[in-house]
Amino acid sequence: MPVGPLGLDPLFWAPLRLIIAVALALFLVLNGALLQIYLERKIQAIIQDRLGPYHVGPFGLLQTFADAIKLIAKEDVRARATDPWFFLAAPALVFCPMLASWVVLPFAQDIVGVDLNIGLLYLTTLGSMTVLGIVIAGWASNNKYALVGGLRSAGQLISYEIPQILALVSVALVVGSLSMIDITRSQAGPMVNVFVLPFSFLIYFIAALAETNRTPFDLPEAESELVAGWLTEYSGMRWGTMLALSEYGNVTVVSSIVTTLWFGGWQGPGVDAIPLLGVLWFTLKVYGVIVVMMWIRATLPRLRIDQLMTFCWLGLIPLALLNIMVVAVLALAFPDTKIPIALASWLLVIAFIAGVPFVQRRRLALLRARASASAVRAAS
Amino acid sequence: MPDYSLSYVYVFAFLVVGALFVTALLTIARLIAPKKVTPEKLRTYESGEEPIGQAWGRWPTHFYVFALLFVVFDVEVIFLFPWAVLFRQLGIAGLVEVVVFIGILVVGLYYAWKKDALNWY
Repeated sequence: MPVGPLGLDPLFWAPLRLIIAVALALFLVLNGALLQIYLERKIQAIIQDRLGPYHVGPFGLLQTFADAIKLIAKEDVRARATDPWFFLAAPALVFCPMLASWVVLPFAQDIVGVDLNIGLLYLTTLGSMTVLGIVIAGWASNNKYALVGGLRSAGQLISYEIPQILALVSVALVVGSLSMIDITRSQAGPMVNVFVLPFSFLIYFIAALAETNRTPFDLPEAESELVAGWLTEYSGMRWGTMLALSEYGNVTVVSSIVTTLWFGGWQGPGVDAIPLLGVLWFTLKVYGVIVVMMWIRATLPRLRIDQLMTFCWLGLIPLALLNIMVVAVLALAFPDTKIPIALASWLLVIAFIAGVPFVQRRRLALLRARASASAVRAAS
Repeated sequence: MPDYSLSYVYVFAFLVVGALFVTALLTIARLIAPKKVTPEKLRTYESGEEPIGQAWGRWPTHFYVFALLFVVFDVEVIFLFPWAVLFRQLGIAGLVEVVVFIGILVVGLYYAWKKDALNWY
């Protein structure tokens, strides 16, 4: 008779493993949200020379916990004009795809919900399902601010999804697999993918900031113009599920993808001897990426919607396609070494960073010329 | 590793548990939270004014063209994933085919750009 792990009968072990996986994912989502909200407030406070939360618990550590209890005990108002069913369904529609993304995140060698052979494709599919929930929330609210927020959000998310997925394709080209475990295994040693494919990392990271509605791309929730965007009519725990849990859960998912694809996932010193050490490395890397995202939030101002769309369609998408072509040609010409790909990729990064101010200046000059020409026409 | 069909049981279970979790959370909130309904609370928020009309009306559809382009490019990406995985077996022939494929789409993007379809307003 075959015996599963821990000496358990496989028939008993299979459902037990499923329950453990689901419970662990839920637990991590809840704790991640609590921790990340605290981190976000504290990091922004430090950067802006404030104290941040410090009353509740040591260093204000229990602040978000108190906020969560407050949210649960808060009156849940649903305005009369809303569409009841869609209004109620929207929080679940935002939350479920985010939770389901956790199935394929590899925390360590064997600590993964399930190693789907189409892991990357699965993640992109679920990532695009969040838009549905947001648009439905905006529409069901029957509120002008909410609807504008929802429509903007749809425009932004579907646009930035394309460069995001194109950046993933270039990694699949080099690794030759879509499974998260295989991608991590291919990066054993210090030569992780970020050194080989820095340009696709840059594209993915920019697009991921837009996908998770983080500054400088947080237009759907622009509080100075749209109150709270698509969340305007939501309050109490419905707001908590949508914003606190889902948004921060998505931030974690995106950071985990970055970690797995470009920073070697669980790989790190001492992992071969003690496999459980992989969880530590993975978590540290993920939180490193998250802290960078928070740093960006405290630093950069918000973009305008037309700049946002132009940057995606005329900047990121052509560049991502060019990146795929360069990687494909070089991978075919030099099948045994990754060095030419790395060199070309770094050249692209340098050209991108050096080229942005130049292109921007030319574009501004063009726009000014057009504006002054039309002003002259109007005067005469 | 569990077999192919079993692995999707996990996906299904995660989706179901997500829905159940949200329902449970909202039910708990409903049991705990106070419920004092007033007409002002039930009114749609419009910066403290009486809301004028409904939000469900006509809206400018700038992003209609973007949505069309998105469909085109999203399908393109689905074709690129299998090519990327089997890239080494397909060799030069596969690469040429994908270059032609992407080339046609880039021409389409250029056309949309020159037609001012990518301008927001």
